[in-house]
Amino acid sequence: MSGILSVRDLEKTFGSIVAARDISLDIPPQQTVGVIGANGAGKTTFINMITGYLKPSKGTIRFEDRDITGHSTREIMRSGISRSFQVAQIFPSLTVFDNICAAAAIAHGPKGTLGHALRPLRSPASVAEAEAAIELFQIARYRDTRAATLPQGVRKLLDIAMAVVGWPRLLLLDEPTSGISIEEKFALMDVVMTALKSRKMTVLFVEHDMEIVTRFADRVLAFYDGTVIADGAPAVALADPRVQTLISGTKVAKAEAAHA
Amino acid sequence: MATRANLVGFLAFVLLAAIAPALPGWFISLATIAFANALVVLGLIILWRTGLVPFGQALYYCTGAYTVALLARWFGFSDAIVLVLAGGLMAGLMAFVIGFLLARYREIFFAMLSLALSMILWGVLVKTESLGSTDGFGVDPPTFAGYAPHQQALALALYWLVLAVCAVSAVAVSAYFRTAAGALAVPIRDNEIRVEFLGVSVDRLIHVKLVIAGVLGGFGGALAAMTIGHVDPAMAYWTTSGGFVFVTILAGAGSVAAAFVGSLVFEIVRSIAVDLLPGLWQLILGSVLLLTILFLPEGLGSIASRWRRSKEQAS
Repeated sequence: MSGILSVRDLEKTFGSIVAARDISLDIPPQQTVGVIGANGAGKTTFINMITGYLKPSKGTIRFEDRDITGHSTREIMRSGISRSFQVAQIFPSLTVFDNICAAAAIAHGPKGTLGHALRPLRSPASVAEAEAAIELFQIARYRDTRAATLPQGVRKLLDIAMAVVGWPRLLLLDEPTSGISIEEKFALMDVVMTALKSRKMTVLFVEHDMEIVTRFADRVLAFYDGTVIADGAPAVALADPRVQTLISGTKVAKAEAAHA
Repeated sequence: MATRANLVGFLAFVLLAAIAPALPGWFISLATIAFANALVVLGLIILWRTGLVPFGQALYYCTGAYTVALLARWFGFSDAIVLVLAGGLMAGLMAFVIGFLLARYREIFFAMLSLALSMILWGVLVKTESLGSTDGFGVDPPTFAGYAPHQQALALALYWLVLAVCAVSAVAVSAYFRTAAGALAVPIRDNEIRVEFLGVSVDRLIHVKLVIAGVLGGFGGALAAMTIGHVDPAMAYWTTSGGFVFVTILAGAGSVAAAFVGSLVFEIVRSIAVDLLPGLWQLILGSVLLLTILFLPEGLGSIASRWRRSKEQAS
């Protein structure tokens, strides 16, 4: 096995429906991997299996050479994996600072122990971590704003910041630019990727926008019908005829343009 | 801010304790029961902040009360401090066992399950003739490290004991609210998924909250049993739980102090209502509840925070 994350023969079925199959790959440390595919291709199922939200029907998942197949979400999160969500999962009643502070307080220290539970929420460590994350994700002007009233882009940044404060070694971003206008997408991803690179994190991000993938990914995993049909550098993977026909639609678009 | 609130709370308890000998007997009795009940409300506030409304908190209140009564009756225990601790411990144990089931439920299911459990205890007590069935039985006056006061002196001693238990509980709950486990109440209410994905068990956090609320309920019941000198199954009945929910709405879940202020206001309003309209006092209480929901949806505790906010805006 090599890589921070190693997956072998992963499969997930729901009754007779095969949501993911024959997924085998290795992700080396500090690589940024773009995951592409149409809706229902198996991207989120793949991420949900890594994070323990879904138990694989078959296959193994190893993180840092430890078998985490079938472990609970909490165990996996404690082992050094974290994630953000397609719909930002934040605490709407709290301010931005308190959201991140709560995440930092949970993330620091040996979890599950009485000592950890009884640490102050606003410990010097969690406050410092929250302040650093606010700076890192450039959301200082919203520091004391209640999260319920935040614009969509800031909600996304907050969601990711909350996943990052525990210093995970592997971060999974589920459609970080969904619901964001085209004009804002690149600026948001610039902020996110600069922040994550500064922390030397391995990143897997699910994305539909091929320009975003080309610009920010070191490697692309193209999903179709529950399995990976192309795996390589963006220029190589996105040039794959099957990817162009089945996912990015560039081949179809070119054909239509030629036909017109 | 927390230090200032602690100081104000400490001074309030010292003042209430110091002026006790000068206060009329009726007020001492009323305040003793009000503050004993406030402990149950304090436990409710812990759960309320998490988005959980238990309609069966009288279960722990009654458990604490019967623990005191039975320890005195069967084993001859009379020391008030030992009895209070035993009441809290027994109720906490019950909450710990029940918590394995209850911590998995939310919203109306949590509310109704907690109600059902308290009604089971009520049913058992009503059918147990050796414990006096619906009449219950008397509790002998407690002693205080060998000192056995009577009448007015006993009322004062119980009042001071209740104040001391309230002060310790208030400090402990305030400290708990500042810990990661305590402060995660609002995040759990807002978004359980995110809390789980940060690596913490929401069920376990709620279980701990249930135990703390249970211990506080047990303290309240133990103190009430000694103050009233009697226990009966009505202490577990749903109307008793409803009363605690009423006081929590009146007090609001915003602060620890609100539990004590709200409980005292509730007892005063009830006394006045019974005095003015003996047959219709519930009407006055209902009206107070209605007005609270309409004009103070966050309870009496929000008056202080509103005043603070307006002062900040003015300056």
